[in-house]
Amino acid sequence: MLALEMYRSPAKYLAAKAVGGRIPGILTGPAAPLRLVTINEPKADRDGWARIRPILSGICGSDLGMVTGSTKLYFSAMVSMPFVPGHEVVGELLDDCEDLPKGTRVVMDSVLTCAARGVEPCVGCSSGNTNRCDRITVGHVAPGLQTGFCHDTGGGWGNVMVAHRSQLYAVPDGLSDERAVLTEPLACAVHTALKAKVEPGQSVLVSGAGAVGLFATLALRELTQAGRITVVAKHARQRELARAFGASDVVAPDEVFRGVRRATGAFRLTPEMGREFLLGGVDVAVDAVGSKDSIDTVLRVTKAGGRVVLSGMPSTGADLSPVWFRELELTGTYASALAEPNDKPAFETALEIAAKAPLDGIVGARYPLYRWREALDHAQSAGRLGTVKVAFDVRAS
Amino acid sequence: MDDRTPPLLVHNGEGFLLERFPLGTRVVYPPEALPPVRDVEEAIQNALLNPLESEPLPELLRPGMRLTIAFDDISLPLPPMKKPDIRQRIIEAVLTMAADAGVDDVELISANALHRRLTPNELREIVGERVFRSFFPDGKLYNFDAEDTENLTHLGQTKHGEDVEISKRAAESDLLVYVNVNLVAMDGGHKSTSIGLASYKSLKHHHNSHTMIHSRSFMDHKASKMHHSAWRMGAVLTEHVKVFQIETTLNNDIFGGPLEFLQKREWEWSIKDQAAMLAAKRGLDLAPAKMRHRIFTDVRSNYGLTGIHAGKIEPVHEKTIENVHRQHLVEVQGQSDVAIMGVPFVGPYNVNSVMNPILAACMGLGYYFNSYRGNPVVRKDGAVILYHPVDYEFSQLHHPSYVDFFEEVLSESTDPATIEAKFEKQYAEDPWYIHLYRTSYAYHGVHPFYMWYWISHALDHCGDIVWVGANRKAVERMGFRSASTLQDALEMVSHSVGRSPSITYLHNPPHLLADVR
Repeated sequence: MLALEMYRSPAKYLAAKAVGGRIPGILTGPAAPLRLVTINEPKADRDGWARIRPILSGICGSDLGMVTGSTKLYFSAMVSMPFVPGHEVVGELLDDCEDLPKGTRVVMDSVLTCAARGVEPCVGCSSGNTNRCDRITVGHVAPGLQTGFCHDTGGGWGNVMVAHRSQLYAVPDGLSDERAVLTEPLACAVHTALKAKVEPGQSVLVSGAGAVGLFATLALRELTQAGRITVVAKHARQRELARAFGASDVVAPDEVFRGVRRATGAFRLTPEMGREFLLGGVDVAVDAVGSKDSIDTVLRVTKAGGRVVLSGMPSTGADLSPVWFRELELTGTYASALAEPNDKPAFETALEIAAKAPLDGIVGARYPLYRWREALDHAQSAGRLGTVKVAFDVRAS
Repeated sequence: MDDRTPPLLVHNGEGFLLERFPLGTRVVYPPEALPPVRDVEEAIQNALLNPLESEPLPELLRPGMRLTIAFDDISLPLPPMKKPDIRQRIIEAVLTMAADAGVDDVELISANALHRRLTPNELREIVGERVFRSFFPDGKLYNFDAEDTENLTHLGQTKHGEDVEISKRAAESDLLVYVNVNLVAMDGGHKSTSIGLASYKSLKHHHNSHTMIHSRSFMDHKASKMHHSAWRMGAVLTEHVKVFQIETTLNNDIFGGPLEFLQKREWEWSIKDQAAMLAAKRGLDLAPAKMRHRIFTDVRSNYGLTGIHAGKIEPVHEKTIENVHRQHLVEVQGQSDVAIMGVPFVGPYNVNSVMNPILAACMGLGYYFNSYRGNPVVRKDGAVILYHPVDYEFSQLHHPSYVDFFEEVLSESTDPATIEAKFEKQYAEDPWYIHLYRTSYAYHGVHPFYMWYWISHALDHCGDIVWVGANRKAVERMGFRSASTLQDALEMVSHSVGRSPSITYLHNPPHLLADVR
């Protein structure tokens, strides 16, 4: 089968890390540790496993982080090289899978939990917090925090992949492939919105208006009674979508302090050296970027005792003084869980949102696998180009 | 303008330019400066001892009484006055009489309403060294604080339901002496006390888009809804407080020394004037922005006193208005299709500061557009062309809420009524703006709204508003258009006023009041 394969190449990894920020083109060119190859199909020879033919497979920020070398080495112990990336997948079952007959359209919760690995449930899995699984490197599947980072399962960027029944959700008939492929990132947003524990009327800041930020905004509006939601958006299309998804205000990155101060009636202070900060601010802030600047900003505009949710894969070097001085509650949200505070799996809620939210046109570009360089280039510049999600059209490959 | 008319000087922020207007353009010059009162001290004594419809001031003073002297803040006169300030002279005279009468409970309040606090130096410039040293260190000379709720008194409501809430000290005084400087016809009268010493709770009744759009014009207190409201409030106020009003009027002697040519008509410029103009223009063009700003900030005007009256508010103000009209009124026959105005470097709200885009709009479309009696100079749906660079420049010290207003409010709407309904309350009650107003030198959070309401009459009346030589983005944010040259501006407005419009150029400052017939 045809697939894009991520392979181990310390030289390319270091090269990407060194020059990636300055010359993005090189990451999708010669320095990319990614190649289009013909490989054997992954095997689904254990109970509960089935083959899937991906239809659409999204390109996630974490995929780009991996290609560009900005993913931390922290994750290196939880992947098994080489692997086929792609964890935002809508596909078709090629085999019967327990109660799901062959041919069913499915989406996939990519976390490879204890159930998928055939081991005794860990504390996380037994409590329904499947995204906190402690067994992601053991069992009968090669190490991999998710499908798309695991050698044995394949991924959405290939013609065939395998998945366990515990990961699968059938797609309702009326839901288009373009909407269904958004289920995984929407489920993450659902998890973020619920984990943010926003109380009725509380003010929220969402920093970033890429897919993660926009979907978090949508989920916050759908699932909480948040008061004012302020979204930080850089590009015109992002501003437009943020409003459509429920933002009360949209501010530019250089207007965050002013915008939040105005929205919350906070006090704005500027230290002798360093960035300004607020006394007062939003009740809850969601960082959907992960950059040092963004994390620094959300920490500085959250009111004392407020909550900061890191939803984007975080960078290092942020100043944690506000966490200490303002007694902030700092938490992260990774993937999504089976048992969410609204008593149903995040994927089910995500499928409901995917059916009714204004998501037409969100998949702004589809590429066959062999045009992967263009696809990644496009995804890298998605915000600037007015695109939210770029996906591989695997059947066209 | 005819073939022989030289290019005319146009004020353009911190600079000026020479513009050749289309033939047939009507130019309205301010009247010549009236001869000033010869002996100012004698005039002050005369006013205090022979007041209108009131006992002489010494008869109102007695030992053990509470005396409060309130005075106009730094927004008047424009540009600031050379020392000694007329307010200093009057306050010294009042204090001398008070001392003679054995009054020892005296406080002096700068009646700045929601304007920024004056710095100690600015207070000193107004009241003079002697008064400053005697009162400021003891906290007896201070700025009015419209957010100090414990020191405000609600005196009641007018028959229109308008709240009258003013300084507690003023309200509880046995005598409130108000020392006014009347530069234009809008100032003085009941506006002094019932606006200068009032809180937002009071001011919101007339400083709103509806009232201001119906104030035609601000320079005619009998036709201005804002003044009607102030007069109603004044009636309530004077039921509770004995007010001794002292109003002064100044002549048009604004520019002296090397800038004297700005006072003259261009065809009357001598060789010396022309040389001074060229030197000033070239120097300003070459000077770095900071130096240019400094040069204009340091301008102090000669001003001659044309009258001083004291006593009961209404008769005093009638006399004041007579004097102001004598100095400023210019008869203008009929309206024109286009009015052209140059916006200078200073307005009431950027003294010792910068003129941000909102203040530039307020100066041109609030003050100059409203400098009429009867009808506006420009016809309904006509065009106004303004000159000012309208740089994106704000003072974070003086105008913090202006930046947010410009970025947040104007990006949403420029309609005064809409922004009033949607944003005013938030800005008025924003704790940070209130903190800065009370403890720093910031205008109150709601102030930019008032500036915008000031231009609502012009927005409603004019079909087109175009700025020449202005920062395009700043102008567009305010809902206007910008042109590179006057010819371009006239081309842009030709769809509404035609290709041969009647044009009036209002050549101010110095100040003028167009009596449009």
